[in-house]
Amino acid sequence: MSDTPIRDTVLRALGEAVPDADVGHLDPDRRLRDQLDYFDSIDFLNFVEGLHKAFNLDIPERDYPQLATLAGCIDYLQTRLAAR
Amino acid sequence: MPSLGSDMEAGTLLEWRIAPGDAVSRGDVVAVVDTFKGAIDVEIFETGVVEEILVPVGEKVPVGTPLARLRVEGEPAAAPVAAAPAAPVPAAAAVAPPAAVPAPGGRLRASPAARQRAAAAGIDLATLRGSGPQGALTLADVERAIAVRPAARAMAPAERLAGMRQAIAAAMLRSKREIPHYYLGTTLDMARALAWLEEENARRPVTGRLLAGVLLLKAVALALRQAPELNGHWLDGGFRPGSGIHVGTAIALRGGGLVAPALHAADAATPDQLMAELRQLVQRARAGSLRSSELADATITVTSLGEQGVDTVYGIIHPPQVALVGFGRIAERPWVVDGRVVARPLLQATLSADHRASDGHRGARFLALVESLLQEPETL
Repeated sequence: MSDTPIRDTVLRALGEAVPDADVGHLDPDRRLRDQLDYFDSIDFLNFVEGLHKAFNLDIPERDYPQLATLAGCIDYLQTRLAAR
Repeated sequence: MPSLGSDMEAGTLLEWRIAPGDAVSRGDVVAVVDTFKGAIDVEIFETGVVEEILVPVGEKVPVGTPLARLRVEGEPAAAPVAAAPAAPVPAAAAVAPPAAVPAPGGRLRASPAARQRAAAAGIDLATLRGSGPQGALTLADVERAIAVRPAARAMAPAERLAGMRQAIAAAMLRSKREIPHYYLGTTLDMARALAWLEEENARRPVTGRLLAGVLLLKAVALALRQAPELNGHWLDGGFRPGSGIHVGTAIALRGGGLVAPALHAADAATPDQLMAELRQLVQRARAGSLRSSELADATITVTSLGEQGVDTVYGIIHPPQVALVGFGRIAERPWVVDGRVVARPLLQATLSADHRASDGHRGARFLALVESLLQEPETL
C-alpha cells in the first residue's frame, strides 16, 4: 500500500480520536502529543483502536512508541502491512 | 433543579422525558438540564408517579427550585417532593410548595389531549387562550403555543466556557478561603505495577487494554476504605462520610475548563470495569452529556497531570469534598534498592486534605497504603 492511503487513514483515525483537532497541518516528524492539545492516553488508545480496525492489524503495546509521530505511524504501518 | 456540584447556581430546562401520570423509578432520567458542564441527564431520587411539571422547557431556574411534583409510592395524596433533590447540598433541597390547584373562576376548559400535550411540554394552560367551544383549549391551541415560544437552547460554547470559568473561580476561591489545606507527598515505585500491566496488556487485544491510571484510581479507592475521613463532604460545620467511595476524576475539556465526574463505588469495581467506565466518562464529559449523579456524587477527586509532563500536583480541594489526590508523570529516575542505585519508573503522589476533617497522620497512612497496594497490582 502506498503511503497516501495509509496517511489518509491515519489522519482519519486521529480525527475520530481527537474530534476538534486540526489534523490537516501536522508536522510529520513532531510528536503528535506535542502538536495536539488535549491528546491524552485515552485519546491515544482510541487512536490505536481506530488503526486496529481500519487496517485489521493487532498492534502490540510495545510498538506504541513507534506511533508517536505521523511519519512514525506511516512507516510502522507500511512495514507491518508489507510483512503480512 | 439539582445541584450538580457546589459550583453550580442555576440551570436551564432543555427537555422533559416525563409527563404527568408517568410512573418513575429511582435513577430514571426524567429531564435534561443545560449547565456550563453540558446538557446533563437529571435522574430522579424517588419512586412514584409524576403529578405535575412545575418548570417549563426553556426556563432557567436557580438550584433548589422544584422541577416537578411527584406522588411517592404508598402515599395517598400529592407529596411535595420534587425531581432530583441536590445530593450533597441539603441547603438546596428541592421541595415543592403545596399545590395551588383550584384556579380562580373554576376549572379551566381544555380537551384531555390539550392537557396532556401542555403538561408534557411544560406549558401552563392558564396562560393560553382557547379557540374551542366556550373558549375551551384545544390541542391546536397548545401546539401553536409550543411553536411560538422561544426554543430551549443549549449554551453556545463561548458562553459555556465563560460560565465554567466563573464557576471554577467561585469554587476555588471558596476552597482557598474556607479549607485549611495540608499537603503530603510521596514517591511511588511503579516498577511492579507497570511490569504487571505490560504482561497483562500483551495478552489483551487492542480493545481491552488497561492504562496505568486505572491502577492508580483503584489503589486510591481501596486505600480510602481504611481512611474514611478523607472520603466525604464537609457540610454545615461537620464532616459527613461518603455513602460510598465515588472517585471524581478530573477530565480536561477540549477548549478549556474541566469537570470531575464520579466513578461510582470505584473500590468495588475491577480494573477492567473502571477502564470501561473511565473511557465512557471521558467521552461523555467531552461530548457534554453527563448524568446528574456523576456530577453530584463524588466523595473525593483524583487529578492526574503527568501526561502534561509535570512531576508533582499541588491540588486544591473541590468543596464540599475534603481531599484531593494528585498524580504526576511516571518517569525513569535513579532509586536506591538494597543499597544500590537503579533506574526505576517513579511517580509523585500528593494528597491535599482538609485539616478540619483529618490530620496529617491519617493522610500519611493513606498515601502509604496507596503505595503498598500498588506493589501488589494483581490484587487490585
